[in-house]
Amino acid sequence: MRVGDPDVAAPEAAGAEATSPRDLMRRFLQGDLASLRVILAIALIWIIFDIQNERFLSAANLTNLFLQITAVGLIAIGVVMVLLIGEIDLSVGAVSGLAAAVMAVLNVKHGWGTVPAIAIGVATGAAIGLLQGLLFTRFRIPSFVVTLAGLLTWQGALLLVLGETGTVNLSNSGITDLANTFYGPAVSWIFAALAIAVFALVTLGGHRRRLAAGVTTEPTPLLLARIVVVAVVVIVAVAILNSDRGLPLALLILLAFVIGFQILITRTVFGRHLFAVGGNAEAARRAGIGVDKIRVVAFVLCSSMAAVGGILAASRLLAVNQSSGGSNLLLEAIAAPVIAGTSLFGGRGSVWSALLGATVIGSIANGMNLLALESSVKFMITGGVLLAAVIVDAVARSRRQAEGRV
Amino acid sequence: MSDPILSARGLSKRFGPVQALDGVDLEVRAGEVLALVGDNGAGKSTLVKSISGIYQVDSGEFLFEGRQVPISGPATATELGIATVYQDLALCDNLDVVANLFLGQEETIGGVGAVRALDEIDMEQRSHELLEQLSVTIPSVRSEVGTLSGGQRQQVAVARSLLGEPKVVMLDEPTAALGVVQTKQVLDLIRRLRERNLGVIVISHNLANVFEVADRIFVLRLGRRAGVYEASETTEEQVVGAITGATADTAEQERQL
Repeated sequence: MRVGDPDVAAPEAAGAEATSPRDLMRRFLQGDLASLRVILAIALIWIIFDIQNERFLSAANLTNLFLQITAVGLIAIGVVMVLLIGEIDLSVGAVSGLAAAVMAVLNVKHGWGTVPAIAIGVATGAAIGLLQGLLFTRFRIPSFVVTLAGLLTWQGALLLVLGETGTVNLSNSGITDLANTFYGPAVSWIFAALAIAVFALVTLGGHRRRLAAGVTTEPTPLLLARIVVVAVVVIVAVAILNSDRGLPLALLILLAFVIGFQILITRTVFGRHLFAVGGNAEAARRAGIGVDKIRVVAFVLCSSMAAVGGILAASRLLAVNQSSGGSNLLLEAIAAPVIAGTSLFGGRGSVWSALLGATVIGSIANGMNLLALESSVKFMITGGVLLAAVIVDAVARSRRQAEGRV
Repeated sequence: MSDPILSARGLSKRFGPVQALDGVDLEVRAGEVLALVGDNGAGKSTLVKSISGIYQVDSGEFLFEGRQVPISGPATATELGIATVYQDLALCDNLDVVANLFLGQEETIGGVGAVRALDEIDMEQRSHELLEQLSVTIPSVRSEVGTLSGGQRQQVAVARSLLGEPKVVMLDEPTAALGVVQTKQVLDLIRRLRERNLGVIVISHNLANVFEVADRIFVLRLGRRAGVYEASETTEEQVVGAITGATADTAEQERQL
């Protein structure tokens, strides 16, 4: 009797692996194919805005769009870590502002070099994450309360660090290079070629090893199709970017963090335990996993990425001021992964959701600005999109529960 | 008849005014299924948790493969080779079968600390092997556990307990809330554990299932051993009598084995 042989599978489980159109539709609606759903949503948003204003899909505006989403995307990567364990971090906006302020003050007022100043900025985020994670696990306080207190505290700390002037200009600093460096055609095409080659080699290499070992793997045509799609996307993106200012360093930074964190959560023991804690903390505890340790690390990663996002935001704005990390940044960073399929209830999601969700939010904001809509309308539309995304998440979850899948 | 693989002697456990276990003797041999039955509150769970190290007994001793051993916590029980599958199964529904089987003891390729790379191919192969040996029928080892039926989940939980190569497996109500087909799957799995020469202790309320799969039936009543019966030589009425205390515990009925 062979496991995986459909003929011997219990009847009540038949269809779990089926790929009939109806089954694909069901998975699509229930969130298993959330990424595809979001990509279609992005395409729709872009088409709608481009019909309204033909400059929307111009190279210059798309380059702007990518630069605009960098900070939110980076912060959202960290938010994914805490969402996966079923928690939330409301302090990411404030932490991003504080970390950027620490970096800016060290760099501008105390003459520290760019690299050490950035390192201390990120370390500030990590230390805050450690503190909040320990408070959460030691005293069993709900994470939203701990981080809500953090939000206020770190906003206060931001004002304190900035001092009386309230603004630190970065215009003469190397830090601004992060968001304002663009690579020309030669470098960007080399990057593109490398990215496609590495992706193809890793995908096909893993596929061959799995085939040789006789374990489950995706159908070869599907993998080939995926490689072709990735190659086309990369080539088109680089071509568009090159027709404007070139390949932005900020975009490379964002992609590097997305890919790095995605590998961390899907390919390592830590990632496996992160999902286990989010799925069933008691089961994880009984399996010998240090549940509290995983939780603290998730909060440290979250606040560290908030710091990285804050530093990129400062680099783009050329300054850190009292409103850094404020306004919609927090909401957008939490909403982004949720819009793109990372569950608020823990245990389900991917780092790509941070990038895709940030693109959705960024596209809507960018498009509405191009159309010069009233602020009132912009707020309400953004709110409606968030609500719709959370409803999709809740519906997907209740459907899974109806099928006995939590 | 082989020697017992695990024997517990004179186990007593008190919770405040309640004497949950009162001088209980229990033995299980390799390659036998011992059913543990009793009314609610008879002390079945306390007995299992004492053997699995979650509770520390007030008095009594354990012999494992003839040697006297202390069971001071879940870790020592696991080290000895005593695995327990609790009723709530403790599975992560959001992870696939392979991930659940190896949770907390993942195979890795290399790396440091928690950032070791998972060896998915090796884990998947070993999952296949294990589930094939046990004739567990699931659609795929990459199915999310949340998509499996209750019987399949129970089988995955049992398979998971076997990864540490235990000698005694305790199952807490493995057929509770399962349908007819699924119950049969789980009972078949229990028989295969016996074929692997494991000592199997099964808690169950369902006497029909107990008689179907057990070699001996251990009746617990009010924290005491109310009798141990050879399943093949006993009727359901006798066991019910022992559970409820309706029949006296006579020397003829009880087999001191």
